[in-house]
Amino acid sequence: MCTTCGCATGEVKIDGAEVQHDDAHGHRHVHTHADGTTHAHGYKTGHTHEHAHSHDHAPRYAPSHSHAPGMDGRRMVQIEQDILAKNNAYAARNRKCLLNLGIFALNLVSSPGSGKTTLLCKTISMLGDVPVAVIEGDQQTSQDAERIRATGAPAIQINTGKGCHLDAYMVGHAMDKLDLVKDSLLLIENVGNLVCPAAFDLGEAHKVAILSVTEGADKPIKYPDMFRAASLMLLNKIDLLPYVDFDMDAAIAYSRRVNPGIRVICVSATSSEGMDEWLAYLRDGMAVAGTAKRQSPDPCNQQIAELEVPL
Amino acid sequence: MHEMSLAEGVLQLIEDAARQQEFSKVTTVWLEIGQLAGVEAEAMKFCFDAVTRGSLAEGAKLEIIATPGTAWCMNCSSTVVCCERFGACPSCGSYQMQVTGGDEMRVKELEVA
Repeated sequence: MCTTCGCATGEVKIDGAEVQHDDAHGHRHVHTHADGTTHAHGYKTGHTHEHAHSHDHAPRYAPSHSHAPGMDGRRMVQIEQDILAKNNAYAARNRKCLLNLGIFALNLVSSPGSGKTTLLCKTISMLGDVPVAVIEGDQQTSQDAERIRATGAPAIQINTGKGCHLDAYMVGHAMDKLDLVKDSLLLIENVGNLVCPAAFDLGEAHKVAILSVTEGADKPIKYPDMFRAASLMLLNKIDLLPYVDFDMDAAIAYSRRVNPGIRVICVSATSSEGMDEWLAYLRDGMAVAGTAKRQSPDPCNQQIAELEVPL
Repeated sequence: MHEMSLAEGVLQLIEDAARQQEFSKVTTVWLEIGQLAGVEAEAMKFCFDAVTRGSLAEGAKLEIIATPGTAWCMNCSSTVVCCERFGACPSCGSYQMQVTGGDEMRVKELEVA
């Protein structure tokens, strides 16, 4: 269990069904821990190979150069890999799939209670005929996905269990389950958390940070990583401005301090104020995704070409 | 911030390397963590110990190499040393800074047996 934020693994469910972890996935380790025999076999196999590899020792790294069996044959192994490399590889796969389908995907991040789901419901109903799909991330319950489905849009719920953020692997699975339509919009509502989701690329075009006026205006500098990672900040619930002590200018200035290039749109899902600008942003993004799809090589032709290489 | 997930990522890289390079025990792990990466070294060590229990890296020593933070100050048009993420430029006080280094999180090397 993480001492900082309490995050942990396991218990990931997509629409109530457990995610089958393949060998490449990080959360597999938890299962491995319980299996003592597997580890014992692994050790034995490794020992038989140890001697052959002792020849690779770089002199400065070798603490012991003994080649005699049973002696300590420690050696150094260069890794030089990013800790998030696995997640980033899954994210790249998701991004490629989205590109091929011409889908504009956004990763919506905020603290709990900023009004993400209400804003999504309003957005879907105001977009009318535009095809939208939603991936909902929450620790538990499928209430948010049900709220989205009530608007008529397909939605899938990921329950992260104890996990505090969505990762690219979970989202890839959810994308497979959703029948994604070409040239559509995919909105991913991340777990309400202003810390952890910042570091995890899901394959989205942009992260959108949502800050509501019932929160503190200084959140962008309190949780800078998230506002740094986002390309757009939505200031939500602006219909409540007359009733709360929220300094809009300060909030915008703080967000620009951590991210000079961040775009800000002020909205209210309740009064619809500012929604036109947000919808225009979504339509522009969809147009860009459509252009990118047309400019990228046809995935079918590319696959045929790859298969023809050995022939 | 999310040291548990990061520790799992580290173990995953170690296990991949163990398969490719055929080693069965890891005794020391060197991580390169930038000062601006938002990773608490103590939390990382705690999570690493928890995650590696029962694995080939159980009991391995975790060495964290802290790399200094650097940023490009748009106002000064130069690279400056930056100790705090999103902090002000030490020479002009501007916040118009883009981090250029010190936000990395890498598994650098392993001592294996």
